[in-house]
Amino acid sequence: MLRIPDLGRDFMEWFSKNLPYLLAGVSVGGQYALIAIGYTMVYGILRLINFAHGDIFMIAGLIMIYASASMPMYVSIPLVLIATVILGFLIERVAYKPLRSAPRMSVMISAIGVSYLLQNLALYITGGLAQQYPAIPWISDTIQVFGASTKRVTVITPVLTIVLVIILVALIKYTKIGMAMRAAAKDFETSQLMGIKINSVISMTFIIGSFLAAVGSLLFFTNYTGVTPTVGAMPGLKAFVAAVFGGIGSIPGAVIGAFIIGICENIIKGMGWTTFSDAFTFALLIIVLIAKPTGLFGEKATDKV
Amino acid sequence: MTKKKAAVINVALIAALLIALYIMEQILPPTAMVFTVLKKGAIYALVAVSMNLLNGFTGLFSLGQAGFMLLGAYTYGILTIPVEQREFVYQYFDGGIVKFTVPVVVALIAAGAVAAVFAYLIGLPVLRLKSDYLAIATLGFAEIIRAVFQWDKLGPLTNGSNLLRSYPTFQSVLYPFIVSGICIAIIVMLINSTYGRAFKAIRDDEVAAEAMGINLAHHKRMAFIISSFFAGVSGALLAMYQTTIQASMFKSAMTYEILLIVVIGGIGSVTGSCISSFLFIIFSEWILRFLDNDTYIGSFHVPLLRSGFRKVVFSVIIMVIVLFFRKGIMGTREFSVQGICNFFTGKSRKKKAVKGGDSND
Amino acid sequence: MTENVLKVENVTMQFGGVLAVDNMNIEVNKGEIISLIGPNGAGKTTAFNVITGVYAPTNGAVYFNGKKIIENHPQGKMKKLYQGENNGKYSSVLAPTPDKITKLGIARTFQNIRLFKSQTAFENILIAKHLRRTSNLFTATFHLNGKEEAQMREEAEELLRILGLEDVRDELATSLPYGKQRRLEIARALATKPELLLLDEPAAGMNPQETDELTAFIARIRDEFGLTIFMIEHHMDLVMEISDRIYVLDFGKPIAAGTPDEIQNNPRVIEAYLGGSVDE
Repeated sequence: MLRIPDLGRDFMEWFSKNLPYLLAGVSVGGQYALIAIGYTMVYGILRLINFAHGDIFMIAGLIMIYASASMPMYVSIPLVLIATVILGFLIERVAYKPLRSAPRMSVMISAIGVSYLLQNLALYITGGLAQQYPAIPWISDTIQVFGASTKRVTVITPVLTIVLVIILVALIKYTKIGMAMRAAAKDFETSQLMGIKINSVISMTFIIGSFLAAVGSLLFFTNYTGVTPTVGAMPGLKAFVAAVFGGIGSIPGAVIGAFIIGICENIIKGMGWTTFSDAFTFALLIIVLIAKPTGLFGEKATDKV
Repeated sequence: MTKKKAAVINVALIAALLIALYIMEQILPPTAMVFTVLKKGAIYALVAVSMNLLNGFTGLFSLGQAGFMLLGAYTYGILTIPVEQREFVYQYFDGGIVKFTVPVVVALIAAGAVAAVFAYLIGLPVLRLKSDYLAIATLGFAEIIRAVFQWDKLGPLTNGSNLLRSYPTFQSVLYPFIVSGICIAIIVMLINSTYGRAFKAIRDDEVAAEAMGINLAHHKRMAFIISSFFAGVSGALLAMYQTTIQASMFKSAMTYEILLIVVIGGIGSVTGSCISSFLFIIFSEWILRFLDNDTYIGSFHVPLLRSGFRKVVFSVIIMVIVLFFRKGIMGTREFSVQGICNFFTGKSRKKKAVKGGDSND
Repeated sequence: MTENVLKVENVTMQFGGVLAVDNMNIEVNKGEIISLIGPNGAGKTTAFNVITGVYAPTNGAVYFNGKKIIENHPQGKMKKLYQGENNGKYSSVLAPTPDKITKLGIARTFQNIRLFKSQTAFENILIAKHLRRTSNLFTATFHLNGKEEAQMREEAEELLRILGLEDVRDELATSLPYGKQRRLEIARALATKPELLLLDEPAAGMNPQETDELTAFIARIRDEFGLTIFMIEHHMDLVMEISDRIYVLDFGKPIAAGTPDEIQNNPRVIEAYLGGSVDE
């Protein structure tokens, strides 16, 4: 009988010791979720791993730095969102649309090319130096949660993420464009035959994905302060893993996958295994791909002989 | 023109090339830019061809090349740092745990072998995956390998996140040419063998290939292991060229660069990969260099030109190739003496075949 | 017990809740030409895919030359879902991959032609010679298998000649006219040196004249290569003319079997064809 309270106390002890990591995990998870949605939506429709998505996220960070240097926050934040959306839209139009009928590999290579271009562009603009991310008032403030001090963004992120996801899911479920998106994800060719304007659906997908990535970047860099040209690559890949983990094409799946990855990664950091926090994500990816390639919520696809 | 005659011409061309390189080395100062380009180009040619064997000839879209190069580089370094130097190299790890050295040639082969063993192990789970999932899984493995090699606990072996250095390197430009040349020649011979045909069958149609009695798992694994072996060797060569090894060199960006080389050269063309490797290096390291320098014409400051602009222009060029010249320089064709002869005599070549593909290397 | 080349025993193939093939029994004797007919969606190609190892059957067994080559029984989720017959009759699992089946001596063609598209006609055939190799990776790479390589090439040339494809030897497979593509696919299957050849709608998309040619062609290769042929076909002229026996499949269930005459007068067959989709 004595063991149960013991366990409870052990857990409380573990909990309070790991609280900062758990909080960070939930927060990072929310940020990954915002990026992961872009991956999962694009993959759902185009069957394309948009390698450039992580770099769009990075560019959003850079835009914020340069915008806030000369403009007040209430101008620069909307500007970041708009500019990132335009960037995502343009990338799709220039680099992916011409390859619509090309083999999947060509489009993926094009995505890698865009990623390479964006990174080099960032390198050129910043001169290779890490840029200081501005402190956004209110969300950068330090607060106390269960006795652990943290930035307010840590608490805001999961809430904001969930609100945005609910809006997005409603959008996809109840609006006309959302219905078109679902149709295109189900069967690309047939939906085209049914009169769905596939190009505007795809553009919309990129617009939503980029918008969420921009929001994600505002939250992410508030915690991490430095923007370098390659800073987007890792969160991008992790968000992709989250999308695969949740079942690619599924938005709730991507969000849940992102939170799990964010939390696990930070607990691993808390255990002093920082070197392996990245490796863990990929190990998870490989395990998921082998054990259940359709992920947690994915639909099964079969090949016809 | 008979096969034999073509072979003789190819051998003669290779000999002429090597002699020309030798003469160049005698005339030009060893610091000349041309040698940097040639050395690096030869190394990249090998890794690009090894990637092409997988992506272009077997149809396996793998992005693990940097990871296998890392394995090769580290294996080479660990096995060849002179014993008396180890104390200084492994200064934080009591001189490391490896207390012997092996000859350079053995170390080069071991570099390939270690990469091949890892490829075998990684291939067991990932080769069952399809196209883009395979790509992301191999990319993931490369990242895991990189993290593991930087791990402090493995320091006595890998020197953690510190540099490996003081191992034997090469001076002459002939060295990477000969090693890469031999390796590429072996890959070409493989592609021309019955196994190479089986690889191409898998690329064209997996279902049909299996129905024709080709064991998919076995052949995919074989291609993966062989490709990784040569990636390992090229990693060792790169280590020799750079004179230091650090795990952070082998990021996924490196794999992307190699992939872009393969694409520019033509997916499925060995000679295309070789040509584009040299072009890639020439452009990125040499010709476009001026873009990185502040330039004044009279008192006019040429806009945009400053550090980093070269890479921007370079990536734009790559995007143009990817978008508008999707077949790359060579498509799936091969550069060969016979092809040129036929071109000049006006004979059309319906059939493509890899013949002495290293003639331009 | 008569020695048959192929024996399909109680084979059931169920996808989720759909019975694609339901308790199928087929016997093919040496030297016969057997046809499998039935309306679209009757499960004919699925049956082929089971025999060639593409799918492991949900239940049942397949024998080749009296030796069991495939066997399976409902497992996992299927234990509950299974709707077919003979549950519990089979207990072991034998599910070789398609390449193993081909190696045993069963070759096939595909309904929707699947040639190696970047390869020439000659190379397509040469690739199929790969499975009978004795060379290993090392000897093949370093061209130490010259004799075998030469023999492979010679056999491939000969197949081209026998099948009348030598004039398109160096054409890309996909640039050939349709009839020749079909023929090349058969040549490629023959290159694996099969005893049993499975043809999946060899006359699909052919006009009556081409179909006549194909009829003669199938009979000819049967004699010339000492083959047993099992085919799926919709062209009734062809089927009735060359089949020794015919099996009829409807909704996954075998509804009739017999000689062409017997089948033509079988009321159940007539009903299946007139009631189902009409292919002729």
